[in-house]
Amino acid sequence: MEKRPFVALQALDELWFQVGGTLCNLSCTHCFVSCNPSNDSFKFLGLERVKRFLRESVDLGVKEYYFTGGEPFLNRELLPILEETLCYGPASVLTNGTVFQEKNVRELRRIADGSRYTLELRVSIDGPTAEINDPLRGAGAFDAALHGVDLLVQEGFLPIITVVQTWPEEQSLVLLAQFADVLRRRGYTRPRLKLLPTLRIGMEAMRTRGYTPEERVHAEMLEGYDVQRLICSHSRIVTDRGVAVCPILIEEPGAHLGETLADALTPFAVSHAACYTCYLYGSICVNASTASPGRDR
Amino acid sequence: MSRPQDVGRAKKSPAEAPVALFGGVYSNHIALEAAIESARSRGALQLYCLGDLGAFGPHPDLVFPVLMRHGVQTMAGNYDDSLARGLEDCQCGYTDPRDNHFARLSYRYTFEKTSSANKRWLAQLPRQIRFEYCGARVLLSHGSPRRMNEFLWESTTPDHFIEKLFREFACDAIFATHTGIPWTRRLGGDRLFVNVGVLGRPANDGTTSVTYALLSPGAEGLAVEIVRVNYDYRALAREMREEELPLEFVETIETGWWTTCLEILPGKERARGKH
Repeated sequence: MEKRPFVALQALDELWFQVGGTLCNLSCTHCFVSCNPSNDSFKFLGLERVKRFLRESVDLGVKEYYFTGGEPFLNRELLPILEETLCYGPASVLTNGTVFQEKNVRELRRIADGSRYTLELRVSIDGPTAEINDPLRGAGAFDAALHGVDLLVQEGFLPIITVVQTWPEEQSLVLLAQFADVLRRRGYTRPRLKLLPTLRIGMEAMRTRGYTPEERVHAEMLEGYDVQRLICSHSRIVTDRGVAVCPILIEEPGAHLGETLADALTPFAVSHAACYTCYLYGSICVNASTASPGRDR
Repeated sequence: MSRPQDVGRAKKSPAEAPVALFGGVYSNHIALEAAIESARSRGALQLYCLGDLGAFGPHPDLVFPVLMRHGVQTMAGNYDDSLARGLEDCQCGYTDPRDNHFARLSYRYTFEKTSSANKRWLAQLPRQIRFEYCGARVLLSHGSPRRMNEFLWESTTPDHFIEKLFREFACDAIFATHTGIPWTRRLGGDRLFVNVGVLGRPANDGTTSVTYALLSPGAEGLAVEIVRVNYDYRALAREMREEELPLEFVETIETGWWTTCLEILPGKERARGKH
């Protein structure tokens, strides 16, 4: 029988929260978790549940906290959740940027200024033009997200714009430069852009294609490979159904490891198709300010 | 066990004399000389360098004789490790194309200009240094005690993460560099985490000075001071121009603002800079 490619958790450095569940105001055609306005298969996380895991994270020495969904800002408890989290450590929110209101952004500013730790806002916009972005994220999403970026920049934030690469690799440099120009012209004078590969699961598998049977990680592929590149060697995610291995695989059977962080520290077999993308590209989900992925010894 | 002493007390025994901790030198031999002079004038007998001797600046070989002449106890950083092993890059792990472009220029220049003898010297450097100071177990690391190239920024390093490092590495004080921006955090029980900053370039604060850390016995436990060093940055900038290093690097030396490697800065640290 073939040996399974188990990866041990080396240290729980990043704790993720599926704080927005699977609810999203957008229905992106490349979403790897199939989030949309009516998908409530994963529910919002409440402040009390987040607090419980924040407390548990202390002894484990968690270094960073990430909040994703769905759209996290649909969760009305998100701001108090962030304020609480920033008492523990740095927080990053992954948002589509389309649901900000001025008063919420002002409140975010107050919360960010009240902590010694960084609050990062990562806004997903998938290209420098509506013509590239909107077929993926929906009509009007480009303008709505840029308006969200404007609000953040006006309050002094430097949002990280995450861009899923849906074009041939050789076009990336030009498109990123074009995107930076678009942002500068709107007043975001020092834009931060982060390019991400697509993940061929969820909606994306239907938009383009899923993984082929050959695109899998096998045990022998981990020999001599730096497993620090894999997010499952340093992350876990809290959902309303328990703790899962990583933010990519929450809908997958076998990805849920237990009810507490202590339950979820077990090794994980990176046998899922999407693990192949993580294997190739490294921990794409974490911020660049985090330990250099894939270069550690 | 020696008792913590007041910083100002005269005639310290060698064990109680201040200790100087230098971060990445980045080939800035002029700032290194100035920092050593500063540390000696402050009574430091033991001098340590936490690695990354080359990068960014001119004439990398000039740093080595300075370190040796002054008996600076030196450990390896990721740049030193890359040079010693002939790796393709500096292991900083940039993903931004512009940052990568400049990192490659810097690494290629430093690799070509570092002698084989100095590369061999880099290969034998320790990856950590431990010593006892005023009863405290002190651990010197480059990035972090667990990873040579881990960035420990003030705004992304929780107290409980540092506590874990103290537990796992059985120490009371940790000194690191690698990020380029100094900071200090005191935790319960007189324990201490210090990022000593770097000598190689300013700390993205709009000044031309660079920093090192001075450890000394305090009234209550260890005392640490981030010491600013002014040096002849114009002379360094001149050398960099003569060597045709990127003008973006020269600008950083002359203005105190980082122009490259910005991707790795967390939001709070980035917001304090200009670019």
